[in-house]
Amino acid sequence: MEGIETPPLASETIAHIGSFEVRNTLIMAWLAMLVIFAVAYFTRRTKYREIPGRFQSFIELIVESLYNFFDTVIGDRKQTRMVFPLIATIFIFLMLANWMGILPGVGSITILGEHGGKMLNLPIFRSMNADVNMTLAIALISVISTQLFGIAVLGVFPYAGKFFVAPWRDPIGSFVGILELIAEMAKIISFSFRLFGNIFAGEVLLTVVAFLVPYVAPIPFLGLEIFVGFIQALVFALLTAVFLKMAMTGHGGHEHA
Amino acid sequence: MPDVAVAEAAKTAVASLDKNLLVSLTMGFGAFVPAFSIGWIGTKAMEAIGRNPEAANRIQTPMVLSIAFAEAIAIYSLVIALIIKFV
Repeated sequence: MEGIETPPLASETIAHIGSFEVRNTLIMAWLAMLVIFAVAYFTRRTKYREIPGRFQSFIELIVESLYNFFDTVIGDRKQTRMVFPLIATIFIFLMLANWMGILPGVGSITILGEHGGKMLNLPIFRSMNADVNMTLAIALISVISTQLFGIAVLGVFPYAGKFFVAPWRDPIGSFVGILELIAEMAKIISFSFRLFGNIFAGEVLLTVVAFLVPYVAPIPFLGLEIFVGFIQALVFALLTAVFLKMAMTGHGGHEHA
Repeated sequence: MPDVAVAEAAKTAVASLDKNLLVSLTMGFGAFVPAFSIGWIGTKAMEAIGRNPEAANRIQTPMVLSIAFAEAIAIYSLVIALIIKFV
């Protein structure tokens, strides 16, 4: 199987803005953002009438069903209202990017450029989450905002008191606190690699299947990629919601979800 | 020296065979327990839904969450296999 050119682990640089490298996954991220901006612009133009037209009621359907879904996870209506923009954006952005990554043209429209010291045909578009930089960035946003929301709801010292327990007062608790601190770091790695691994493996799978049997056989794998893209976006947002809920819960109300 | 060229070609072939074998073994062994655990989670969820069909939605969401956690372990091993193969 020497002939298959599987997509490389690192994303390829397409252009340079000064010394900043513009990569194909970055271009895809910009396109996903453009789509979201366009939808937001058209939503704003409806002026949110009392009796909605078709587009407005479609957007309201999406927002309301997402809100109710995350409400069942978080439980408290007010807290859901507080964190909803973050988790809904994560969900919609990731799902859009994952689904845009399987459109025709992604990975096939190439330009001649240098990668790894060799001149190759580099695809201009590549699925956004096939780049560890992107998934790591979103994972960092998710985990850091979890800490910030926890501090906002509980206060700095009660929130820090979950991790830093005085060892002379509660030795087991202080050990558990250290473990919780390590778990926060593990969450960053877990988030980023779960999403990266799923999407990158899907890319390689589609490339290999298209190489082996170009006609008809890639169809179920494309279906699998649609499903995986949706599930991974959902899982990312859902896990963020669960960790947010656990962060915003004080030490007294311990309900292990 | 045709012998040297043949020997070097054979050495790289064996090295790539070793490397490919290691890559596939890594992924294969790393997927045993996650696959089993996903099946276990699904089984318990099916049993719970069968016992109480009205609670299906409330069981489904934590089930999907748990399956994602279990699958992440398999994804870690996939990432290691990819790193060995491509780096």
